[in-house]
Parts: sequence; structure tokens; C-alpha cells
Amino acid sequence: MILVWLLILLMGTGLLAWLVAKWSATLSRLISLAGTVMYIVIVIFLLVEYKQNPVGQKWTVSFTHEWIPTFGIQLKLAADGLSLLMLLLTSFLGLLSVLISWKEIQKRVGFFHFNLMFELAGITGVFLCMDMFLFYFFWEVMLIPMFFLISIWGNENRIYAANKFFLFTQGSGLLMLLSILGIYFIHGHNTGIYTFDYELLLGTVMLPQTGFILMLGFAIAFFIKLSIVPFHSWLPDAHTQAPTAGSVILAGLLLKTGAYGFIRFVLPLFPEASHQFAPVAMTLGVISILYGAKLVFAQTDLKRLVAYISVSHMGYILLGIYAFNEMAMLGVVMQMIVHGISTGALFIIAGMLHERIQTRDIEQMGGFWSTVPRMGTMAVLFVMATLGLPGFGNFIAEALILMGTFLTNKTLASIAALGIVASTIYALHILQKVFYGKEFKPRSIADLNIREMVVMGSLALLILGLGLFPNVLLDVSTSSVVALIEKVNSLNF
Amino acid sequence: MNIPMEHGILLAAILFSIGLTGLLVRRNVIFMLLSVEVMLNAAGLAFIVAGAARGQADGQVMFIFILAMAAAEVSVGLALIIKMFKIFNSVDIDKADTMNG
Amino acid sequence: MKELLWLVVAFPFAGSLILMLIGKRLSRMACAFVGVGSILLAAVFTFIVGVGFLHNNPSSVPFNQSLWQWINVYGLTPNIAFHLDTVSLTFVFVITFVGALIHFYSAQFMWKDEGFTRFFVFMNLFVGLMLLLVLTDNLLVLYFGWEGVTLCSFLLIGFWYKDSANGYAAQKAFIVTRVGDTSMLIGLFILFMTFHTLNIQDILTAAPSTWLVSSGPAVLTAFLLLGGAIGKSAQLPLQTWLPDAMLAPSPVSALLHAATMVTAGVYLIARTHVLFELAPLVQSVMAMIGAATLLVAGLSALNQHDIKKVLAYSTISQIGYMFLALGVGAWSAAIFHFMTHAFFKALLFLGAGAIITVLGEEHNMFKMGGLRKKLPIVFWTYLIASSSLAALPFVTAGFYSKDKIIWMSYASDKGSLWLWLAALLGALLTALYTFRMVFLTFFGNSKTEPTHRPGAFITMPLVVLAVLSFAAGFIELPATMGHFTLLSDFIEKTLPAANTLHFSYATELLFQLISIATVIIGIFVAYKYYYNKPFPAAEPERNKLQAFLYNGWDFDLLYDFLFVKPLVFLSRIDKNDFIDLFYKGIESLMGALHKVLSATQNGKVRRYAMSIAIGTIITLTILLFL
Repeated sequence: MILVWLLILLMGTGLLAWLVAKWSATLSRLISLAGTVMYIVIVIFLLVEYKQNPVGQKWTVSFTHEWIPTFGIQLKLAADGLSLLMLLLTSFLGLLSVLISWKEIQKRVGFFHFNLMFELAGITGVFLCMDMFLFYFFWEVMLIPMFFLISIWGNENRIYAANKFFLFTQGSGLLMLLSILGIYFIHGHNTGIYTFDYELLLGTVMLPQTGFILMLGFAIAFFIKLSIVPFHSWLPDAHTQAPTAGSVILAGLLLKTGAYGFIRFVLPLFPEASHQFAPVAMTLGVISILYGAKLVFAQTDLKRLVAYISVSHMGYILLGIYAFNEMAMLGVVMQMIVHGISTGALFIIAGMLHERIQTRDIEQMGGFWSTVPRMGTMAVLFVMATLGLPGFGNFIAEALILMGTFLTNKTLASIAALGIVASTIYALHILQKVFYGKEFKPRSIADLNIREMVVMGSLALLILGLGLFPNVLLDVSTSSVVALIEKVNSLNF
Repeated sequence: MNIPMEHGILLAAILFSIGLTGLLVRRNVIFMLLSVEVMLNAAGLAFIVAGAARGQADGQVMFIFILAMAAAEVSVGLALIIKMFKIFNSVDIDKADTMNG
Repeated sequence: MKELLWLVVAFPFAGSLILMLIGKRLSRMACAFVGVGSILLAAVFTFIVGVGFLHNNPSSVPFNQSLWQWINVYGLTPNIAFHLDTVSLTFVFVITFVGALIHFYSAQFMWKDEGFTRFFVFMNLFVGLMLLLVLTDNLLVLYFGWEGVTLCSFLLIGFWYKDSANGYAAQKAFIVTRVGDTSMLIGLFILFMTFHTLNIQDILTAAPSTWLVSSGPAVLTAFLLLGGAIGKSAQLPLQTWLPDAMLAPSPVSALLHAATMVTAGVYLIARTHVLFELAPLVQSVMAMIGAATLLVAGLSALNQHDIKKVLAYSTISQIGYMFLALGVGAWSAAIFHFMTHAFFKALLFLGAGAIITVLGEEHNMFKMGGLRKKLPIVFWTYLIASSSLAALPFVTAGFYSKDKIIWMSYASDKGSLWLWLAALLGALLTALYTFRMVFLTFFGNSKTEPTHRPGAFITMPLVVLAVLSFAAGFIELPATMGHFTLLSDFIEKTLPAANTLHFSYATELLFQLISIATVIIGIFVAYKYYYNKPFPAAEPERNKLQAFLYNGWDFDLLYDFLFVKPLVFLSRIDKNDFIDLFYKGIESLMGALHKVLSATQNGKVRRYAMSIAIGTIITLTILLFL
């Protein structure tokens, strides 16, 4: 039941924030802040309970209620270690999004927070639902508030970006719906039970060709969400044009729903087809890593540059998912979290700079380390995290993924390791262009204030903490990952 | 007296073609409406001929339908023509092309 | 006492952390106190730990200390743990002692710099990570330290970040070393796949029974690890970053780019020596790389005019000697040379830094001259270090360490006459460029007047290091000169002794006499050409060959052409991502279709009627006739 309350909490906060904005914008912000703080407290409470709970049962918390019984649709939510981690990331980035929008959003504040909260609710739903129809429902719920976030509060080219985002994700969602219906009817035909229940659908028997096509429907939807080359082209536009909070949520959470979809749905539902598909998917992953990195280097728009970093980092995730071993999969889980933190932080820095100097063009920046030393220090920290320096969580993620992949596919892992050099090149490029060198022109810009230091400081602490004590996080997801890998490899030949 | 069905159908076809041609070549909307009436009547004639040939009443029933419909159409059509004349100050159909894409 | 080992590593990190968090609020004096004090404490505790380690421990059994488990994932269980044996103790000793002296020096050297606190944050962090690198028992943690020191190197080269040239040099250093690091990381993957652990001792124990000598994976792994070492230690073909790194403040050049960080490659190879012994091919490649590097860099050093660049190329060249020693299996000789090199090269950089400062940021040796009288302490210490670098016979540390390498390059079972000749030629070049530098800088006419005399904090470390560069050689004397083997006995408790072919006493003596003669000739030639010669106070004119050598054999041009230009070109032509064109294409196709269809809706009722009629006719035709 507590899982439903999470959703109700977010939606309620959103509605309330919208209503009170008529009287006071600050009150609206405070309500969202309170809502997200409550959310994070509940999630931490759940995590603590999970840690004390012995691993015996699969789902720590679950909730089932009939929704449309005629079609076998239920309101079924459940959480395991993996979902709880994703919820933690969601709640944390949600809280930060409220904080960083405090000054940036001045127009239609109430509606902004309404959209933000509903976006978070949609993401939470995706991470929790155990019913395929419900999954599709939340998948679409994520889409609409984000469309508004980009198209109302975005930058100069926001309508184009919002439309592109909408079309890509909507199109991919439809493909996924077809696959969901396909598996629904096959299961119904086989057993006579027409249901969308995830756990019942897990054992569906189907012809290999059918399975492959259905898997492809899911996979393309998740490729697009994960922005894998060549399905990535919505991402740079959406990330660049969205307001900072939108970019953080897009990069930190929305992309992860794609990865989560692979882990939760594609691999367990279609283990055989996934094995067949693995070489293709891993190759796409490697192409994403390298081609994404190449594109990062070419950009001059700071936010667009950071956006392409996501493309490169998501390549690691895809590579790790299809390596089919625990090590790589744990690396993927780690990567999902740390990418949310490090790229989120870079977006926040880009947003803060944009707020201060009204440009995102790195050709017009330079020498900011001396002007804004605190921001410069933070930038160095997160740039180093981005290039996968040991000591930061990103290194653990990349090392585990590459090492895990190496155990199954040496060639691809070695090529992917070139991404390490590539990431060095683009990450240092940011520092060189923005923070090193002479000032482009004398400007007086304010350094980070307390609110911003809280945001950046907590991100920095987290990413360093995860780099030095990664097992705090890895242990939570281990049992889910082990179960998954066993299941996928059990069919294996 | 027995008229072969082909003659009746042929007449209907000729009437329909005349109506269609009128519809296509006239720009005056009143004449277009008249042409449509001719076409409707051609269709009605075809129904009657076919009904007579089969010895069934269905054709006549359809004609009565068409009559009723034509009456309704004319009344609506004339009302539209009056409205159109008020707006465009003309009954030239080509002047009323503001709905182009 | 040796249980205090963790403190040695903890002090520098703590210093760095304190300065990072509250450095802004501390006074300059307090910052210096924390920054220098932390390394000084580390040095003191190294001494205590070292005594504790050697006490009642004649066979030097390694000491292990584990702090916490870093990662625990399916067999990958690296601990943050320390493994103290004779090799790591030697390295820790050099790092903390030389580090402490250099920090001492920096306190005065950087006093007026606005980034004083930041400097010590980075320097302390560097020492901490370097200690982690040499003390860890696990290759993944070693990689942690390895990359960490690269970061410090990056931050310190770009320390004066307002000049974008410094930033680019820092970037270059990071990227070039990262190429090597990636190769090393892949090597680690192979090791993990084969041995299911990255614990160094476990791997070294298991490797000989798992891999045959010269088997494919053994050679490949050794080769990949060598790649990492080459990048870090600036050997051919990844040496290009080190000369540019000279834009860093001089203490940084002394500590990172001469004494400690660049020798991490030597440490890595010595540490994983078993893997290299399993791959004799890689070992001989290593010896050849070392030999080639020492010649290439030596010739470049001879054509520089910037005093720090001479030292930079000289560092590359001297590390080439260490690689040569490693390549012929003379492990202890390599570490001996590492140690003496750390002393005299640190001293040379610190001395050069002092000279450059008092001459008002003048780097060009041709504009110096005549400093012998004006800066006596700097002159004498510099002269000692230079003699040590040039391996002046009998009295300097450098002579004993380099002589051992030269002899071993011939006498070892992996040595050859060619390697010996290369080493000998290198010794000639070293003597030549070193005394060219000394004569240009300290003798002849004075061309730039020093503005002040260096302070006591600057000269004191110079003196200490001068004593060390003089005395450190006597802990290891060749068989022909007393046969005293303190250091090699110490090292060989951890690393195997070199296999030497049997040579008579007379042969060894003859070879030594030849190398002594070479050095003397080198110094004499330098004296002939550079002593008291009236050079114009400008950059010397160079012919094409000299310019080629001056530019470090134009490796930069080559890499520019091979890698940088294509990357920049690709970025330029594909800035907007050609894949997006596909989606844009769909968009414009839809737009075009939209135009076509919207043209049909022209508002002309008669056209519509016509289309209906034609459509009907076509449909009827199809229905009736098909």
C-alpha cells in the first residue's frame, strides 16, 4: 500500500502546488519541496527495511488491486532492490530538481511543479509496476508532463525539441504496446488466461521467430529511450532545450527507464531472443560509446555537449546488459545511478552558467575558475567523474561493465575500452574551454550561493562515496541481479 | 408497350452525364445545383427502370427517398447560396475558394 | 611499529582534505604548516615503519595491512590494503623523503602565488595517491593510484590555468598517458579472466604454473602492461607529453615529472616482474624501447635552450636507462638508478626553479651565464647533481647506478653488445648535454642579473639532496671497486637477481674503463665547445637537423597528423550528427507530401467534383473489367 501512497503523494503534491500558486509562488515551491522530502524519506525507510529483511522473498513490498478485470488488467505494484535503488535516484534527483528551479522558473510556477511532480509520479510508476498494461500507462504518463516542461519552460528552440521528443517516444511507445499485446494474446491463447500480469507472462512459450519480433518491439522502444545510436537524435535537442530541472530528469531518470525496461522486461520475458540479439545490441552499445564521444567533442553548446555525454555513457549500459553476467549487470546498475548524478551535476553547472551569463556557447566562456572558484572546483570534480577516474562511482561502473563484458566478448570490450581515452578527450575539453584560459570578456558573475552549494555538495559527496564504498549500493541490487542472470542463463544451451 | 431496360438505363446514363458535365463546366452555383438535381433524377430514373425490370417495388421506394433527399438538399443548398451571395457578393463558385489548403 | 603503515598514506590525504575544506580560512602560514607538515610526518612515519619492518626481520617477510574492502563483486574483491616489502619500502622512502624536501622548498617557492593553498592540496593529494600506488597489494587499487596521480599531474601542469597553453599541455599529458592506461586496463582484464583475482602476489604465484613461457596470453598481457608503463614513464612512443609538462611550477616538475610519478612505470614492471619473465619477447622489446628512448631523448636534450626542457628530455633518457635495466632483467639496477635519479634530478629541477625565479622567469640558458659567483649554493649543489647525472666516476651516486646498468646491458643473459653500445652512447650524450647546461648557465659572462638570492627554505633542500646525490651511490659498489651490495641484497629479497653470464674480472674492468672514458670525453667536449664561449643571448640558430631534434624528433607533428587532425576534421564535418539527417529527411519527406496533398485542397468545388467523377470512373473501370 505504501507504494500507492508514494504515487498519491507525488500527484497530490503536484495538484496542491498548482492550486496554491494562484496566491503565492513561493508556497508552491515549498509544497513541492516538502513533497519530495517526504518522498525521499519514505524511500530511505523502504531501503532500510529492505536491508534488514533477509533475501528470502523476491519482492519486499507489493500491492495488487483489480483495475479492469475484463481484460486482466491489474493495479499491481511491487519493489525489489533494483526498483528501490531507482526510486532512491528518482527521489534524490526530484528533490534537486525542485531546488535548482527555485530561481530559474519564474513563469507559471504552479503548473511547472504540477508537471514536475506528475513526471516523477510517472517515473516512479514505471519503476514499480508489475502489470504490462500499467507499465504502458505509466510510460505514457512520463511523456506528457515532460512535453510541457520542455515546450513551456524551455530555451529558444523548445517547440521543435518538444515535438521531436514527443514523436520519438510516442512512436517507440506504440511499438512497445504492439509487443505487449502480442505477448498478451499469445499467453492467452496458450493458457486461456488473458492477463497483463508480468509474473504470469514471464513463462510464456512462443515460437523463436515470434519471440524475436516481439522482443524487437520492446528493444526498439527502450533503445530510443536509452538514446542508443542511431536512435539518439531526439536526445540532444530535448536536453539542450529543456529547463535545467528538465535536463536533469531527462538524463538522470528518463534514460534509465529504458535501461530498467531492458533489465526488467526484455531479458526475463525473452531470454532466448535476447541471447540471439546480444551481438547486435553490444555492437550498438560500442558504437554509441565511441560515436557519442566523438559528437561530444564537436559541440560548442555546453548543454548539447553534456547531452551527448549521455549517449556515450548509455552505450556502456547497453553493453553491460547484454554481457549476461553478474559483474557487468552490477556495473550497469551502478552506471544508472552514477550517470544520473554526474551528468545531472554537469547539467546543473551548465544551467547555472546559463542563468548567469545568458549563453551556452563555450566559445564565449573561459577563465571561470578564477571568477567562480567554487563552481570551478565542482566542475573539475564532475568532469573527472565523467571521464571515469578511480575514486568516483563512474569508475566502478565502467570498470565492472568492461570487465564483465570482457569475460564474454573480448573484442568488443577492448574496443569499448577506447571509450576511456575518448572520454578523457571530451571531458578535459570542457574544463579547458570553460574554466581554464583567459576570460572571454570581463564579466562579474556570482559564485555558488548556499542553496547551490547544498545541491552540488550533496552530489559530490554521493559520487565520491559511491566511488570509495560502492558495495553499499551494489549489495542492495545483488539479489535481483543474481536472480535475473540465473534466469537468463538457465535457458542457455 | 414494353420499353427495354437498356433504353431506360441509357437515358439515365445520358442524363447523369449531362448533369455531371453541367456540374463541372458551370461556375454559377445555381446552375451547379440544377445539374446536381439532374444527376439525382438520373439516378432515380435508373432505380425505377431497374425496379420495373425486376418487377419489384424497391426501385420506387428508393426514388421516393431520393425525392425527399433532393428536396432537403435544395433547401439547404439554396440557403447556402444566399449566405454565399451575401459573403462573396457573387454566385461564382470559384470565388468561394477560401478553404484551400 | 610497522602497524603504523596506514598513517604514512593517511597523512598526505588528511593534509589535502584539511586544506581543501578549510584552506580558505587558514592563513598562508597555517596552510604551509599543514601542507608541508603532513608530508614531513609521512616521512617520519616511513622511517619508523621502515625500522619496524627491518627489525628482527632478516629475510624481510612482507608485511600486509588491510583497511577496508573496496569492492566485492563476484571474485573481484580488491581491498584498500598495503603490502610492504623491500621494493615498496624503497619507493615509499624516496617518495616521502624527496616529497618532504620538495614540499619544504615549495613553501617558499610558491609563497607569493595566489593559488598557494590549491598548490598544496594537489601536491598532498599526489603524494597520498603515489603512496597508495606503490603500497597496494592489488592491481585495481594500483590503477586507482595510477590514474589519481595522472589527475594530480593534470591539475599541477595546468596550475597556472589562466594561460591556456598550460591547460593544453595538461590536457596532452592526461590524454597521452590515458592511452597507455587503457592498454594497461585491458591487461588487467586478461589477468582477472585468467586468475579470477587482481591481487598482485596471488597472480605472481599462480602465473608460472598457468602460463607457459612465451605463450600467447602471457606475451599479450605483458605487452599491455608495458603499454601502461610506457605511457606513464614517457618512453617511446608515448613520450611526447613530458617536455610539455615543464609548464608546471618547478617543484611539480621535480616531484612528479622527475622523481616519482614518471617512475611509476618502472615500479609497475618491477612489481609484476614474473609476468615479464614469462614473456621474454616483451622484455627484449622493453630493453630496446629503453635503449632507443635514451638515445632519442638524449639527442633532443642536446638541442634545447630552455633549461627545464633539457632536464625533461634528460628525465626521459634516464628512465630509458631504467627500462633498459628492466629489459635485461637487472631489476635491482633499475631500482638503484630510480633512487639516485630521484635525488639528483629533483635537485636539478629545484635548482633550475631557483635560477628561473631569481632571473625573473628566464628559461633560456643562453641568456643566463656567470651564475657561479652570484648563486654559490645553487651552483655547488647543481654541479654535484649534474656530475651525478653525467655519472662522473667514483664520487657520484649516478656513476654507480648507471655503471651498473651499462655493465648489465652487456653482461646479463638478456643483454647484448648493441644494447651496451646504446647505453654507452647515451652516457656520452648525457655527459655532453649536462655539462653544456652547466657551462652555459653558471660560467661565462653574466647576461641576466639575478634579482635576489634564494631563501633558506629553498637552499636547504638543495643541500640535503646534494648530499644524497653524492652519498647514495656508496650503498652499492661494483665487483671491481669493493663489491659492496647493500641495496641489491635488499631489493633481491623481493625481486630475483639478474642472471649474468660469467665474465672475467678483467672484462668487467675493461668495460668499466671504457664507460668512464666515455663520460670524461663527453665532459671534455662540452668544456671545449661551451666553456666561456661568447654565445649571443638569444635562442641559438638551428639548422634543419637541429630543429628536428629540438622539436623532439617531430613526434608531435606526426601525432597531430595521425590523430588530432583527423579527429578535429571529423568533428567539424559531423558536428550536427549525420544520423540526424535521416530523421530530418523523414521530416522533410512528410513536409513535401503535405505540400502535395494540401495543393489538392484548393477550395474549388468543381475540381473536387471532377476528382470524384474521375475517381468513380476509375473505380468502376477496375471493378468491371478486372
